[in-house]
Amino acid sequence: MRTWLTVPILLGAPPPLTTGPARPGRERQTTTLLSRDDVRRAITRIAHEIVERERDLSLLAIVGIRARGDALASRIREAIRANEGVDLPLGAIDITLYRDDLTRIGYAPVVRESEIPFSVDDRVVVLVDDVLFTGRTVRAAMDALVDYGRPRAIRLAVLVDRGHRELPIRADFVGKNIPTSPEDDVRVHLTEVDGRDDVEVAVRERV
Amino acid sequence: MLDTDDWSLEEIETVLDQTRAMVEILSRPIRRAPALRGRTVILFFAEVSTRTRVSFELAAKALSADVVNITATGSSVEKGESLLDTVRTLQALGGDVVVMRHSSSGAPYFVAQRTESAVINAGDGWHAHPTQGLLDAYTLRDALGELGGKRVVIVGDILHSRVARSDINTLVPLGARVTLSGPPTLVPAAWRCGQLPAGVTYEPLLDRALDGADAVIALRLQRERQESGLLPSLREYSRVWGLSLDRVGRMRPGAPVMHPGPMNEGIEIDAAVAHGSRSLIETQVTNGVAVRMALLYLLAGASTPSGVPAAAAPLEERG
Repeated sequence: MRTWLTVPILLGAPPPLTTGPARPGRERQTTTLLSRDDVRRAITRIAHEIVERERDLSLLAIVGIRARGDALASRIREAIRANEGVDLPLGAIDITLYRDDLTRIGYAPVVRESEIPFSVDDRVVVLVDDVLFTGRTVRAAMDALVDYGRPRAIRLAVLVDRGHRELPIRADFVGKNIPTSPEDDVRVHLTEVDGRDDVEVAVRERV
Repeated sequence: MLDTDDWSLEEIETVLDQTRAMVEILSRPIRRAPALRGRTVILFFAEVSTRTRVSFELAAKALSADVVNITATGSSVEKGESLLDTVRTLQALGGDVVVMRHSSSGAPYFVAQRTESAVINAGDGWHAHPTQGLLDAYTLRDALGELGGKRVVIVGDILHSRVARSDINTLVPLGARVTLSGPPTLVPAAWRCGQLPAGVTYEPLLDRALDGADAVIALRLQRERQESGLLPSLREYSRVWGLSLDRVGRMRPGAPVMHPGPMNEGIEIDAAVAHGSRSLIETQVTNGVAVRMALLYLLAGASTPSGVPAAAAPLEERG
């Protein structure tokens, strides 16, 4: 008798935290919205904006949401180091256990390790993610973050804001606002994860 | 989750990887994540146990599950309720996961076939203690790095030990070689005579087994083994098979010492070893909570129990 009650384990990235079933419709076309250079400029600009807004750099910390937010967070930190000569504390957070759709997706997505190697108490923590869509990922990340302590403030930096929020959440620092239809797929590629830097949108045919 | 004897390397690695993420959660100021909110974990311990039960309870609570405890003493089992009736009750109560320990080998299989809840074997008779095997593998890998080519000695009462069997089932697929050592009366006859599973050897001389080993796991000696005539005396056992500082010094420098607990200090392990610098015994306890969190999450984290494709057919088909 097979004794491991085979729970289908997804070995890979969990699906994006969105509502409803898989979006219907055939993919019609894929357009590149941000090129490699656009991504680089957006990150540099976000780094500048963070520094301008938070004068006291000693309070700042940057925390990326896995899997692409942590890569972006690390680049923003590098940009701030290059411009200001300051090394900000860097962390990465995995939100899997905080998802509000765990009971709906039918299998247990892989939980990756969170690393917050500093105290978040009384710090201004800038959460970083690749795409801001429904806001559910950010809600989960904030819940996870406050389990580490009580930050003075939490800010949000995203490479792409594509609209269609389902929660009262907005970003403080945005690389690019991209109007999309809810059915579209916005795909951020970063060298650390995908081997290349760009942002594409796949438009789907309405059914 | 009844046994690890048929797990693939990939399945073992998945659980160990998830365990790493859970260890991190346990290091946070607030050691709690909401993944199992609204789920019920029933701890059904028909055999005495403190650490395994508490470990499962902490693991379930760290994932925000509700926990119900049922022990044999103080429950209807004492009034003569049969295991089948208990299972029917558990089924009616609607736990998402039943964690069970039983003195009869195979009891969790009996329960798993008759309930729709996920069942985790927390130790059944002499058969298996899979969560102990997984936590020992995690602890060893954390201490030694990859286990490929590493040699782990398991010493003590191999015959009656579900821990030894479960350790072999997880350590060998990860690449470790296991050397068993213990009194011939307490080693299965087939194993003593060379019919050993792959990757496992038997060495009747403990000192020779320990020479150059990468780690040692001491097993608990049940005092009743002496009463049943398998051992001349506890003192003799301690002298021949006990882990002393001198003995563990025969291993590779810094090689860790583990014990599944509860320990008989002065019998199978000296206090100086149990609390010495090589001892990972307390780390095992901490990692045990994380391993159990990983399993609870994988079994109950995502789908509702009815959505879990159970290996067994639904209740009504089995009558």
